[in-house]
Amino acid sequence: MSELDRHLAEAARGLPVAGPPAEAIDRLYARAEEENLIDVAYAQVDSPLGPLTVAATRRGLVRIAYPDRALDQVLERLAEAVSPRILEAPARLDPIRRELEEYFEGRRKRFDTPIDWALSRGFFRRVLQTTARIEYGQVRTYREIAAGAGNVKAVRATGNGLGSNPMPVVVPCHRVVRTGGGLGGYTGGIERKEFLLALERG
Amino acid sequence: MTPPPFQALLDAHGAAVHRFLVASVGPSEADDCFQEACIAALRAYPRLAHTDNLRGWLLRIAQRKVIDAHRARARRPIPLPVTPEVGGIAARPPPEAIDGQPAVWAQVRALPEKQRVAVFLRSAAGLPYAEVAEALDCSQDAARRNVHEGLKRLREEWSA
Repeated sequence: MSELDRHLAEAARGLPVAGPPAEAIDRLYARAEEENLIDVAYAQVDSPLGPLTVAATRRGLVRIAYPDRALDQVLERLAEAVSPRILEAPARLDPIRRELEEYFEGRRKRFDTPIDWALSRGFFRRVLQTTARIEYGQVRTYREIAAGAGNVKAVRATGNGLGSNPMPVVVPCHRVVRTGGGLGGYTGGIERKEFLLALERG
Repeated sequence: MTPPPFQALLDAHGAAVHRFLVASVGPSEADDCFQEACIAALRAYPRLAHTDNLRGWLLRIAQRKVIDAHRARARRPIPLPVTPEVGGIAARPPPEAIDGQPAVWAQVRALPEKQRVAVFLRSAAGLPYAEVAEALDCSQDAARRNVHEGLKRLREEWSA
């Protein structure tokens, strides 16, 4: 190794390893937001059900994921379905973060944040939009949701549509139960469905 | 193929890009260059045609911002830190740092544009020649040649 190589190697060891400082990243994200370059912003939001990954486009909330979903898979799906311009820029999520906090404290009975339905299509989207109209503390059956979505016979497809719900909690698929009174299934696990229904019973 | 989420790209390669920029323009300008490079990358990202060498692509954008910064600095009447000259020939470099920066970076910065960028990509960002080539938009042979010529020139200055 020559003297020059040693100098270069030593100088390289002195370079920062952790990337730009946090303030520089904040400034970058603020500018990217201002210039409409963040198509999807996401953040982690703490909740009694574990840390939720919450994502929003400029149109509105697009995804809430329970912690058992791998973050990279959640983001890759968003990259394909919406846009790869995805950044962990929490500022955009502040309103929904507050609403979720209030909801989990029992102080909020309706979400006001706008919704972007980009991740669902066709019958599934109609199922989810019908579900979004079920009020706090109420329950509906799969059959009722199927009818509301325009196909009373499609009870199984309705279950699949609810299982694909990209925005659990805010689109209250936990309020859909079996005709006989059984709870039915839940994407986030049946314990979470029980928790949410109990929360809403007060 | 859809490129990966931009955040994943930053998490994976942001630090290497930042190292390249700190070495190339110094710590005080590196953050601004980083911002300019990322904004330019975000603009182009959804239309990116091939996604197989994203670090090289990101560094190609970063090195353009470095050239902009060098040119902007050249227009400003601020004296660059210069190696002391003895009889018109660059003397052996002082071992201590200039402005808190290793003297060797200042010497690399004085190389011609392509050699300078190539040496920084190689020694500061730690890129293999394939990615130096991607970042410089040239062949691997040309990338290798630029690094070697840059280093040869530095050695000549040292032994003068």
